[in-house]
Amino acid sequence: MTVSILHRITGSGLAIIGLAVLAWWLVATASGPDSYAAFAKVAGSPIGIIVLIGLTWAFFQHLLSGIRHLVMDTGAGFELSTNKRFAMLTMVGSILLTAALWVYLLGVVK
Amino acid sequence: MSLGDSSTPLGKVRGLGSAREGGEHWLTERVTSIALLLLGVWLIASLLLLPDLSYRTVLEWLHGAGGAVPMALFVIIGFKHALDGMKVVVDDYVHEPGNNFALNTVLLFLAVGGGALALFALARIAFGAVA
Repeated sequence: MTVSILHRITGSGLAIIGLAVLAWWLVATASGPDSYAAFAKVAGSPIGIIVLIGLTWAFFQHLLSGIRHLVMDTGAGFELSTNKRFAMLTMVGSILLTAALWVYLLGVVK
Repeated sequence: MSLGDSSTPLGKVRGLGSAREGGEHWLTERVTSIALLLLGVWLIASLLLLPDLSYRTVLEWLHGAGGAVPMALFVIIGFKHALDGMKVVVDDYVHEPGNNFALNTVLLFLAVGGGALALFALARIAFGAVA
């Protein structure tokens, strides 16, 4: 239930904010060094980093709960205990992957 | 798509049958999700493997086919999947036909417009000169 709602929320967030950031990043890169610097300044600001961490988490959560939905589409994993364990795994997995990625990223870039 | 009788009791009484167009939307959502699973892992891995995320590095990466082609696919399939997903959300929560149509149309324009903008930017990077 929770994970199903999370799938919608993260999906909507990725669709609206995620794709907007992606388009902005590509347009900034295409427009030259000054535009890229302007994008990098916002993306690298505290609020920018928080949004990007949020998007990374949303991406991993949506990816993992998406895999869960694909498995359930085949008719598998509907037993209560299996279903609950799989749902928990998507949440634990998305947090671990987000943490690992940002520890690595902040360590390399800064 | 005929996969047995899945009509609800109310649907049987009304005898309306299915709208006959849900199956393709459902399947497209899943097929694009598998493509985005691969492309998403590619994008994250690429960002991690680049030496840095400076203008120069990103420009050279997206200028080459190894960066530009998967990124173009990511943009096209990503916007398509986002549109399909948002339509499900809108259809689930906005029932009034006029509002539903208006919101779905706004989303369609945003997705096509945003996708076109991103692809144009990518084309400029891929086909432009890297001085």
